[in-house]
Amino acid sequence: MQQIIGYMFIVVGLGFDVFGCIGLLRLPDVYNRLQATTKCVTLGTCSILLGTFVLKGLGTTGVKAILVAIFLLLTSPVAAHALARGAHKSGVKLWPKSVVDKYGEDGN
Amino acid sequence: MKSKLVLFIVGFIVWSLLTWPLDFQHLVVGLIVAAFVAFITGDLFSRRPHHFGHITRYIWFCYYVPMFLWSCLKANIDVALRVLNPKLPINPGIVKVKTTLKSDTGLTFLANSITLTPGTLCVDIDGEKGVLYIHWIDVKTQDTDKATELIVRPFEKILKKIFE
Repeated sequence: MQQIIGYMFIVVGLGFDVFGCIGLLRLPDVYNRLQATTKCVTLGTCSILLGTFVLKGLGTTGVKAILVAIFLLLTSPVAAHALARGAHKSGVKLWPKSVVDKYGEDGN
Repeated sequence: MKSKLVLFIVGFIVWSLLTWPLDFQHLVVGLIVAAFVAFITGDLFSRRPHHFGHITRYIWFCYYVPMFLWSCLKANIDVALRVLNPKLPINPGIVKVKTTLKSDTGLTFLANSITLTPGTLCVDIDGEKGVLYIHWIDVKTQDTDKATELIVRPFEKILKKIFE
């Protein structure tokens, strides 16, 4: 039972990671790509780590997996935020079909 | 001083978890390392360390975590469906929203929550004016107040109770 649940978490996580990669290829500009990669890859990887925790239990590996998942949840959005801000500041244009750019209008 | 003490405790817990299972040698080294780090960088850790003593903040935090994970899951399914849809139904743009949060930690958590929830990615924060610029994959409204209502409100209420 424990094994089945653990492997299910890992499979779901891998699935989300794959969706993130498809998003990285299909979406048009850097900001949309960041959306796909941050969300899907964060939860996908956390799910894999949770699966590891379920499989290994409260041992050396399991506790480290949970700790890594927490750090990932805290740091990966910050990285995405820095990338998006850096891209906008260095003049990367939004996709031509984007509807609004309040950030650019406010003169940043 | 209080901030140093809090950092010492947090650092020691993280060290103990990293060197799990607990044993005497690791704990002694952990005490020394945590004390050293707390002594050097303690004042940077928290500006209002007395907040760590409030029990209600922890209760709200326990309420915030499952709610956040649930919206994170919804966000993933939302993005996965968009990406797999052959028509690629996106309508992106950067909108402006307002927040009433003032503390740095609160703003950081708000930006992180927004980034990990459906269709939104925080691009920049102006802490003094209380303005966030959000990249929205499916812009429903360009109006600042309506966008604030849709994106920021659900988290702001809880984060205010935790960090302000």
